[in-house]
Amino acid sequence: MEVRVANVRKEFERFPALHDVSLDIKSGELIALLGPSGSGKTTLLRLIAGLERPTRGKIFFGEEDASQKSIQERNVGFVFQHYALFRHMTVADNIGFGLKVRHGPTRPPAQEIRRRASELLDLVQLSGLEKRYPAQLSGGQRQRVALARAMAIEPAVLLLDEPFGALDAQVRRELRRWLRDIHDATGHTTVFVTHDQEEALELADRVVVMSQGSIEQVGTADEIYDTPNSPFVYGFIGESSSLPVKVEDGQVWIADRPIGLSAPQAPQGEATLFFRPHDVELVDECNGCIAGTVAASRRVAGTRRVELEIGGERQRVEIELPVNHPASQKSRVAFRPGRWKLFPAA
Amino acid sequence: MADPEIKSYAPHHESQSAAVTESRPAKAVLMIVTFAFLGIFLLLPLIVVFNEAFARGLSAYTEALTSPDTRSAIHLTLLVAAISVPLNIVFGISAAWAIAKFEFKGKAFLTTLIDLPFSVSPVISGLVYVLLFGAQGLFGAWLKAHGIVILFAVPGIVLATIFVTFPFVARELIPLMQEQGNGDEEAALSLGANGWQAFWYVTLPNVKWGLLYGVLLCNARAMGEFGAVSVVSGHIRGLTNTMPLHVEILYNEYNAAAAFAVASLLAGLALVTLVLKTLLEMRYGAEIAATRGH
Repeated sequence: MEVRVANVRKEFERFPALHDVSLDIKSGELIALLGPSGSGKTTLLRLIAGLERPTRGKIFFGEEDASQKSIQERNVGFVFQHYALFRHMTVADNIGFGLKVRHGPTRPPAQEIRRRASELLDLVQLSGLEKRYPAQLSGGQRQRVALARAMAIEPAVLLLDEPFGALDAQVRRELRRWLRDIHDATGHTTVFVTHDQEEALELADRVVVMSQGSIEQVGTADEIYDTPNSPFVYGFIGESSSLPVKVEDGQVWIADRPIGLSAPQAPQGEATLFFRPHDVELVDECNGCIAGTVAASRRVAGTRRVELEIGGERQRVEIELPVNHPASQKSRVAFRPGRWKLFPAA
Repeated sequence: MADPEIKSYAPHHESQSAAVTESRPAKAVLMIVTFAFLGIFLLLPLIVVFNEAFARGLSAYTEALTSPDTRSAIHLTLLVAAISVPLNIVFGISAAWAIAKFEFKGKAFLTTLIDLPFSVSPVISGLVYVLLFGAQGLFGAWLKAHGIVILFAVPGIVLATIFVTFPFVARELIPLMQEQGNGDEEAALSLGANGWQAFWYVTLPNVKWGLLYGVLLCNARAMGEFGAVSVVSGHIRGLTNTMPLHVEILYNEYNAAAAFAVASLLAGLALVTLVLKTLLEMRYGAEIAATRGH
C-alpha cells in the first residue's frame, strides 16, 4: 500500500511538533525515519498510524484519504517501542488478539486463529513458545512477538517505533538483518523510527532524515551519506569536519590563501566547508591546500584521528589517517578534502 | 593471579552482609515485639469476640442470630453492600480511568476530592446527607412534596455508604493505571479492537488484582460502616438497622451475648476477606508475579 503524507502539520497545545511535512512512500518500501530526539519522527509515525490526528494536512493510503479514519479503520500494524504486549495473555493469545476482536463473518474461528498464530511464530522463529507469557521472554523474543502480533491482522502498512531501541547491541544487529529478511519475504510497506543512523542506513531502502519537526532529506543510504543537502545532515550522518571559508572569484579561500578547491557555482562571500575526516588526500607541498599544526592525535580503533589547527584564527579540524602513516609524526600536515561541499554561512 | 583477587573480595563481601544483618538477639527482639503487638491488638480482640459470642452456648448463639431483628439487620447490610459496592466499582474505574489516562484541568482537585471521604469524619459524611435531604434540608421540601423518602430509610443508608467507601476502588486503581500508561490500550486499538473491547480484554485484566483488592476492602467497609450510617439510619429496629448499628443497640441493652454473636459475623467477614485474598494470591501467584514483574 502506498502512503502519501501531504503538507501535514501537527501541534501539541499550540507547540508545533511537525511543520508542513510531505512524504511519498512507495508500496513495499522499507523506510526509516531518522533524527535526533525531538525531531518529530515518532509524531510522524503516530500520525500515519492514526494514533494522532494532524492539525493540518492529509494522509493518503493509496488513493484514499485516511486522515479522518480511526486507527481501527486504517488497518496498520504498529510495533511499540516497549512492545506493549498484553502481559496477562500467552504469546499465542497476544498474536491472535487482532483476529479475535473482529466482528461477524470477518472473525476467523478459534482454531483458525490458533493456526495463524503458530504460523506467525514460525515466521518470527519462535515456534513452541505459544504458551509462554511475555514476562517469561527475553527482550529480543518480545520484540519478535510484537512484530508477529502486528502482522497477524495483515496490515496495509507496518509501523515500528524504535524497534530495537531497548535491546543490547548484539541482539540489535541480529534482529536488524532478520527484520530485513522478513520484509523481503512478506513485502509489507514498512516505516520504522530510529535515532541510530547505522541502523537506518543499513536496513532501509530509503532514509528520511528529520530535524526540528521538518524533513531535511530523503534518499537512499548512498545519497544521504555521499551528498548531504544541508549542514544538519552532514553533521548528523557519519563523521564530518567543517571549516569557515570565503568564496571569491570561484575559489575557496581560508584567510588570505586559496586552498585549491574551485567552486564556480557558489555565491561570493562567507561559507562553511564540509568534508568527511576520512576522505582526505595528504599532500607534501602545499600550493593550494589546507595546512595546519598538529594539536592532538588519538588512536581510534583502526585509524588515527589528528586534530589540526588551521590558520591564524586557530580553527580546529579533524582528519583521519592510517595508523602508521608518517604524517602523524609530523608537526605540520597539509591535505586536500576528497568529496566536499560548501554551505552558505549561517 | 586470580587467588589474591578472590581473597581481597571475600572479606569485603562478608563485611558488607554483616553490616545489613542484625545480630541474633536483635532479630529475636524485633520479632517478639511484632508478634506481641499483633497478638494484643489484633488477635486477642478477635478471640474475645468469638469467646463472648459463644459464652452462653451454641443455642444462645443461633437464637441471637435468628431473631427477626438480627435477620433484618443482616439482610439490610447485604442489600446495602450489594448496591453500593457495584456502584463504587463503576465510579472507581471511571474516576481512575479519567485521572490516569487523560490530561485535563482540575485533575489535582479531582484527585484530592476522591480522598475526601477518608479525611472527613464519617459522622460528618452522614450529617451532610441530613443537611441535604432532611426535612429542613436543601431538598427536603421538594422530596416531601414528591413523596420521596431518603433519610431514615434504605436510600439514605446506601448514599452514606457509597460516600464513605468511594475511595477504596479508585485509590487502588489510580497508581496502577498511571504506571501502566496508555501503551497497551493503543496496541489493542491498533489491532482493531473497539474501545469496549480494549477495556474488557486489556485494561480490566491489567488491573484485576488491584481491582479485586479494592473491592474486598470496599465491601468490608460497606458492611462495617458505623458512623455515617448511624447518622442517617434513624435506628428503626427491623427496618433501618444495619449489622454494626444492631450490635450497638444490643450492647446498650446489656445483651452482650447477642451483641457479640452479631459482631462475630462481622469479624468472620473480615477473616473471609483475608482468606479470600490469600487464596487468590496463592492460586494465581504466578500470574500476579508476572503482572507485577513486567
